[in-house]
Amino acid sequence: MELSVQDREYMCSGHVGCPGCGAAIAMRFVLKALGEKTMMIVPACCWSIIAGPYPQSTLKVPVLHTAFETGGAVASGVRAALDIKGDRETTVVTWAGDGGTFDIGFQALSGAVERNEDFIYVCYDNEAYMNTGVQRSSSTPYGAWTTTTPGQEWKKLRKKNIVEALVAHRIPYAATASIAFPEDLVRKVKKAKAVKGSRFLHIYASCPTGWRMPSELAVKIARMAVQTNIFPLYEVENGVRYTINYMPKGYLVREYFKLQGRFKHLSEADLEQIQQMVNEDWELLLRKAGVSPGAAGPVTKID
Amino acid sequence: MKKVVEGSHAVSEAVRLCRVQVISAYPITPQTHIVELLSEFCSDGSLNAKFLRVESEHSAMAALIGAASAGVRTFTATSSQGLALMHELLHWASGARLPIVMAEVNRALAPGWNIWTDQTDSLAQRDTGWIQLYCEDAQEALDTTIQAFRLAETVFLPVMVVLDAFFLSHTYEPVDIPDQADVDRFLPPFKPAFSLDTAHPAAFNQLSPPNVYMEMRRDLQDAMEAAPEVLEHIEGQFQSLFGRRYGALEAVQCDDAEIILVTSGTITSTCRLLVEKLRAQGEKVGLLKMRLFRPFPYEMLKRRVLRARKLAVVDRNFSFGACGIFAQEIRAALCNEPKRPLVFGYVAGLGGRDVTTDILEEIYWTTKTTAHPESESVWVGLQQPAPAA
Ligand SMILES: Cc1ncc(C[n+]2csc(CCOP(=O)(O)OP(=O)(O)O)c2C)c(N)n1
Ligand code: SF4
Ligand SMILES: [Mg+2]
Repeated sequence: MELSVQDREYMCSGHVGCPGCGAAIAMRFVLKALGEKTMMIVPACCWSIIAGPYPQSTLKVPVLHTAFETGGAVASGVRAALDIKGDRETTVVTWAGDGGTFDIGFQALSGAVERNEDFIYVCYDNEAYMNTGVQRSSSTPYGAWTTTTPGQEWKKLRKKNIVEALVAHRIPYAATASIAFPEDLVRKVKKAKAVKGSRFLHIYASCPTGWRMPSELAVKIARMAVQTNIFPLYEVENGVRYTINYMPKGYLVREYFKLQGRFKHLSEADLEQIQQMVNEDWELLLRKAGVSPGAAGPVTKID
Repeated sequence: MKKVVEGSHAVSEAVRLCRVQVISAYPITPQTHIVELLSEFCSDGSLNAKFLRVESEHSAMAALIGAASAGVRTFTATSSQGLALMHELLHWASGARLPIVMAEVNRALAPGWNIWTDQTDSLAQRDTGWIQLYCEDAQEALDTTIQAFRLAETVFLPVMVVLDAFFLSHTYEPVDIPDQADVDRFLPPFKPAFSLDTAHPAAFNQLSPPNVYMEMRRDLQDAMEAAPEVLEHIEGQFQSLFGRRYGALEAVQCDDAEIILVTSGTITSTCRLLVEKLRAQGEKVGLLKMRLFRPFPYEMLKRRVLRARKLAVVDRNFSFGACGIFAQEIRAALCNEPKRPLVFGYVAGLGGRDVTTDILEEIYWTTKTTAHPESESVWVGLQQPAPAA
């Protein structure tokens, strides 16, 4: 029987991430889908630590650690070198956090995608700068506490929509994925691997430490983010063809928020407002996918 | 073959002859001509390289860090603001022991905007672990670029080939362009000690705690310390193939000199004329050209200057709150010698202001007639009073 997610491991046990780290789960599944002919470019992020200190390595593929803001550019250089050496087989992957993607690395990412560099850019999103101790990023959602948005200064700005920013580049393939939906994730990674040019995967990766929640909730929270439409699963081909991969069952965002310490200060009115925002975003996505609200469309059910 | 070429293009020709495999660059005056010609070479097939037209100098260097880590020969060129923007990555390139070669055309830093020559941009990067070689003319720029790849790939350190804006980068001179076969003999294909390889997966540049970091830094310094001797060896081979040699330093009439003028870059050519003139008048004057600035050639410098009574160091650069940077380093190099020359520092030609023979002569006579340096740096050629707005 062929397994939908292969049993071979490219990530060793004993990595130094926190218990329940979504970023570690994400890497494990992505490498299972990509296999050994892969090179990982890792700008500064929690994965700079998870990957292990000299002389150890958590991964069974080459890892090039690089400066925080350089994910798109370093991968372009690695790809160019492999091309000139005649290696068309190896997949070059940038593996960056949300800070390295949405913020400081956005210029290099945008440049690489505009040049349609042949690589996969993975952003594992834990919605803050976790490596430096939970500071806000432009991926931190509305309502969240972080160490730089404490007390009454909780973040009152929307999360940047990174996939739409990449879609505006007419990127050949962009998709969201979640650690709670490994088969969908693995399918998307394999699909991305087969596409030529720039590919972007936005992976929801829960962070028990930064989100102030028990580690055993990591996968459950990730599943709820999808079920509540907070993090819809969808893919966009060539910047125009949208496919929504999961249709929600009508869960309310409140359920998701109340399990996480980072949202505990929110009032009922705040939660009501956030529900409105999530509904708006979802309807916008449905329109882009050509699905009328409530109707069936190009939907792949996956649970 | 002799050709009349622009200084910038002498560098481009060298890069072509060195069969560079990945080039990544971003435009900035006065560097741009170097990479424009390289784009032409890539497009007409005379150079088989990947040319990455990145969105900033920062990404230009980052891309080369990626490419060199994957084991290919790499080149970029920049100036001033572009070099400053790369700063963090300069440390990455050297720390990762990548033999990247970069042409750096000295240009003043803003504000105000100034595209003319000034060495403060490259000298401000002196602590980044890059070898720095300063060129006097177009032939030297071409030859130094070829030598730079060999040097970089021997000691596993990045090399900056430094050229004066306009006086060198945009001036046409007759240049001997070597044969490809000879360059191939001098510079074999790049064989990295390690590179990204899926058959031998390893982690590069990873977390390096206090128990290992210091030894890694010491290795880098060992490579730096080896570089002057390696350069000398490489130059020996270069000379036998091409008939030219420059040295880390060049001493002109220094053996019996009481006063030695110390210069770098194109000011050296002007100074050569002055030394001839003063010698004809019976002055015991010499000239020391500094070509290698990093690693700093301590021993070679001492051998050349310890017999003199005074050094007059001409700096087309400045470290604010201190003094001219060559003067500063030369003072530090000599300070433990029981008998050493007095070091007079002069700052001239900032932001591309012309450094004429008259100015250099003024520097010489001031040095001769002043018993002891009155300050760390004397600014010469300042307009008094400052020009009205
Ligand atoms: C130029 C630069 N600025 C700041 C830092 C410090 N820094 C390292 S990782 C990091 C945050 C990374 O956040 P993110 O990309 O979201 O990854 P995470 O740690 O959350 O996994 C910061 C601010 C750095 N390494 N380089
Ligand atoms: S802080 Fe969060 S992202 Fe970082 S290792 Fe811990 S759980 Fe993972
Ligand atoms: Mg993060």
